Amino acid sequence: MQTLVQYLISSGIFGRHAPYELVAAITVIVMSAAVFLGVAFPFAGMVSWVERRVWARIQSRVGPNRVGPNGFLQWLADGVKHVCKEDIVPDEADPTLFKLAPYLVVLAFVLPWAVMPFSSSLILADLNVGILYMTAVTALTVVGVLMAGWSSNDKWSLIGGIRSAAQIVSYEIPAGLSIFPVVLMTGTLSMQGIIRAQGWAPQHWFLFANPFTMIAAIILFISALAEGNRTPFDLPEAESELVAGFATEYSGMRYLFFFMAEWGNLFIIGAIITTLFLGGWQFPHVTRNVVVMNVLQLITFNVKVLFLVFVSMWIRGTLPRVRIDQLMSLCWKYFVPISFLDMVGTAIWVAIWPNGNEWSGYVMFAAGIVVGVIFVQRVIYYLRRSRMELYFRPTI
Amino acid sequence: MNTLHTEEMTLNMGPQHPSTHGVLRFVVRADGEIMREAVPDVGYLHRSIEKIAEKVGYHGFMPYTDRVDYVCAMFTNQGWASACEKLAGIEVPKRGEYCRVIAAEFNRLASHLLSVGTMAMDIGAMTPFTHALREREMINDLIEELCGARLTFNYMRIGGVAFDLPPGWREKALAYLDHFEPIFDEYNALISYNKIYIERLANVGVISAADAINYNLVGPNLRACGIKWDIRKDVPYSVYRDFDFDVPVGEGRWGKLGDAMDRYMVRIRELAESARILRQALTRIPSGPVLAKVPRNFKPPAGECQVRIESARGDMGWYVVSDGTAYPWRVHVRTGSFAAMGIMQKLSRGLMIADLVTIIASLDVIAPEIDR
Repeated sequence: MQTLVQYLISSGIFGRHAPYELVAAITVIVMSAAVFLGVAFPFAGMVSWVERRVWARIQSRVGPNRVGPNGFLQWLADGVKHVCKEDIVPDEADPTLFKLAPYLVVLAFVLPWAVMPFSSSLILADLNVGILYMTAVTALTVVGVLMAGWSSNDKWSLIGGIRSAAQIVSYEIPAGLSIFPVVLMTGTLSMQGIIRAQGWAPQHWFLFANPFTMIAAIILFISALAEGNRTPFDLPEAESELVAGFATEYSGMRYLFFFMAEWGNLFIIGAIITTLFLGGWQFPHVTRNVVVMNVLQLITFNVKVLFLVFVSMWIRGTLPRVRIDQLMSLCWKYFVPISFLDMVGTAIWVAIWPNGNEWSGYVMFAAGIVVGVIFVQRVIYYLRRSRMELYFRPTI
Repeated sequence: MNTLHTEEMTLNMGPQHPSTHGVLRFVVRADGEIMREAVPDVGYLHRSIEKIAEKVGYHGFMPYTDRVDYVCAMFTNQGWASACEKLAGIEVPKRGEYCRVIAAEFNRLASHLLSVGTMAMDIGAMTPFTHALREREMINDLIEELCGARLTFNYMRIGGVAFDLPPGWREKALAYLDHFEPIFDEYNALISYNKIYIERLANVGVISAADAINYNLVGPNLRACGIKWDIRKDVPYSVYRDFDFDVPVGEGRWGKLGDAMDRYMVRIRELAESARILRQALTRIPSGPVLAKVPRNFKPPAGECQVRIESARGDMGWYVVSDGTAYPWRVHVRTGSFAAMGIMQKLSRGLMIADLVTIIASLDVIAPEIDR
């Protein structure tokens, strides 16, 4: 960022005597707007299309396939439709809070993009507390959701809002604790610093660094799903129980905001896991060209994140929903103690091998491959049994 | 100074709630997430079908019976037809009875598939629902070929059935059964043995055998409590004596006997039994006429009769009083869903709000059948 500002000043497009602060402010605003409008929002839209297609395949349906090639522009059509709809505010609702709530949810969704490490250079702000900032601003969602639930003046919305608050606040704890092992090992909170501490090869990822980080990664992924209100933890908007949860009274653009934030949050969940455990944008040094390297890193990062997004869609297509008491007991009885033990275990591990243990990486990676192969075999076994060939035609 | 004022929340669930399968209404008194009580409120889908019967005559009432329970309309058809035949003492041709059994058992498959599918959907898993409906769609295609309708069949007539099996239909139906029978494994692998699913269903809404009898539960709901009572077996009607099939009962393998999981598994296992009956019926079907000679102006002698049919939702009673004219004097239908609604108030006490949805789905309540 600083280099960009320096470059802009030296190139003289702002005039010779432009103050540094002004140029920096303008650059930040323009760049943020470009990232939010050009990356975050379209991404959230496209994810909605991908999710509907993936989900349709899992459910042996076709999914949206009318607007654009393979229905790709469906998200745009949906967006236009929602913008054109009437913005209804119920008479009994608290209008100020009711109108404000969706923006807070969207805010919690756009703020993390500031520290999103797309590649070694493509990052808006490499904060030295990057990962802490990420967890802090994503927790803002709860304010918006609670506000929406309360201000709607509807009992279903209220239950949805309260459920969401309880769920997000509870799962913040194991999620936060699962970040600590990585922080202990790297000694930094910066997103780029954590990625630079890993290598491009899987055995250098923190996922395979030692048994504790692997457990932390799994707990973090599940907790992140819970924080993002994803199946099997989609209780706040449980359709069959609470109509549409906290979004029951919303319509039009405001309703869309909630769901855009939900789909966009998938990318953020994936990005956090990728950064902490899957080596981020790390790519082998194949060329000295900085631009080409950055593009390759960008692709690497996005492929990893999109894989995780796909996994969460897969989970959504597979699992039923847990009950609120089961959700809470999972968090407080299992995840919180396990993550505490995990943190202590990592601390001991780091005390014994301060620079990491090369062999544990290889062993864990090999174990990971074995587990992966068994998993893929199970998937193939069930695909065979599901007689998919009777129904699956890839080109509809 | 200030004491925290707490009160129970009264939630109005339905009649336009997505999980209530039609227009059911519950007035839920809840303390946070825990229900104190859910009071069912029936009557939102009352269409005076019993009264209509007194105005349209015996033959003319057949299409209306479809609407008594549109998820398994074959059984209501059969109930009405059997009641009229019993009143007038009409003997249905053997092939006609076989056609009835085939149509009805296919309908039972369709109804149970819908039931287990929506059950999974209410628990939050969307995929099994579409897979179940995919199979149900093929059954609908078969029945459409048989009688021209996919939901409200109007297939049976007093004295038999309206149409004989179309040419080649028997082979198609057998081929479908070959395709259908492996689905239990597939479906069980997909959802039934899922850990979260079992956790959600086991020990929820436990009905003891005594309660089940006291509240007059019927069909799979009753059998899930461990009581082996199936009208097809115990009070055989039609040609069910000819077939060899088992009556699955609840085992309490996953939780207490008579919980939601038992009700769900009984339905899954009944699918297999229905497929068995269908296979036997399709291979043994005799030749001959399908419709007995019944006068157009059907006037059964004065009297009354009660007929019991094992519908997909259990013992369905048809009570008809004739005064010797062309119009029945009184018709009453006794359905399983109404009894199931009755026990819901007792079951709901102390459960979570999410469990109410489980109970509704596991008792397989169909809104039109409650009110008629």
